[in-house]
Amino acid sequence: MARIGGVTWRRTGKIDGEVHVLAVDDSLVDRKVIERLLRISSCKVTAVDSGIRALQFLGLDEEKSSNGFNDLKVDLIITDYCMPGMTGYELLKKVKESSAFREIPVVIMSSENVLARIDRCLEEGAEDFIVKPVKLSDVKRIKDYMTRDFRVGEGEEKERTRKGINKRKQRDSFDDLSSSPPSILSSPISSSSSSSPSPQSPSPSPPSIISASAPSSPPLDSPTRRLKTTSSE
Amino acid sequence: MDVVNQMQRQFVDYSTSLHREGILDDQFTQLQKLQDENSPDFVVEVASLFFEDCEKLINNMARALEQQGVDFKQVDASVHQLKGSSSSIGAVQVKNVCIAFRSFCEAQNREGCLRCLQQVTHEYSLLKNKLQTLFRLEQQILAAGGSIPVIE
Repeated sequence: MARIGGVTWRRTGKIDGEVHVLAVDDSLVDRKVIERLLRISSCKVTAVDSGIRALQFLGLDEEKSSNGFNDLKVDLIITDYCMPGMTGYELLKKVKESSAFREIPVVIMSSENVLARIDRCLEEGAEDFIVKPVKLSDVKRIKDYMTRDFRVGEGEEKERTRKGINKRKQRDSFDDLSSSPPSILSSPISSSSSSSPSPQSPSPSPPSIISASAPSSPPLDSPTRRLKTTSSE
Repeated sequence: MDVVNQMQRQFVDYSTSLHREGILDDQFTQLQKLQDENSPDFVVEVASLFFEDCEKLINNMARALEQQGVDFKQVDASVHQLKGSSSSIGAVQVKNVCIAFRSFCEAQNREGCLRCLQQVTHEYSLLKNKLQTLFRLEQQILAAGGSIPVIE
């Protein structure tokens, strides 16, 4: 299939067939979009509107774990961060605390590009952090490293490659410079409710144009760049 | 096929103008690319969900701002949701008003909030009209046996 941004779209030998993604988002619009993005990327999708429902689907909501294994074969959980009730972060923790499901990669999506938030999620074991709005390239990227984990017959350990966040932001800066600029209101931009400072611009897309102060891509020694990136893209 | 060509050109021009005027951004184009024969009404469906969302959230904000003691956190929660969905559909002007709106919520500035509410209502109506026109143009092309041009 096509090469997207240098990444070869690979069909690995996943015995069970299609990749099954559990998508969690309280926004109806976002659920519809993520569902479509995943389906068009040949994933099977189950979309739920809350962390509680996600746990119910996995069978984790009971006091005791139902039967101790992932027989619904969820291969990836992609969840919004800001949700009423249980946040994506809390869902992530619950999944990683469970012996049956902790191996399932969890990706967090957020409209807010807050460094402290990203760090906290990654430390808790999230595979990746996508800044909304989610694009097809984001889904292709996470599917790529996810299916790589299920490589058959190569006798390798599972790779835990942490890439993407800084790459995506970098790519964003270049991609969006060529698209038409949005109209900008004269009022100050202040979107983040969190108090942590961030070298990135507060607005997710396109960062380089809307931001009044931040540079368009992080400097080489910025914290977001400390995450290991693969050169094979 | 002259008529179809004309309609297609009209569609491209109209679509381009919406981007140029800063009403829609690249995210909308991304969504259009996700539409295919398996999901031919995808964009219209997302837009419909967005319009429903907008109306509900705008009503919530209006009600909250009418109260004697305004719960700015509640207003902010609705604005945050609206900012999210407008960003997901590429409704950049709506999103930008939401960004300013959140500042006023944080500052607990009722007047500022009311102004933003008015602005967001206006931007939403404008977007809705424009998108409905765009979708109508699409329908005309399809009815005449043509295909929707891909906009880059």
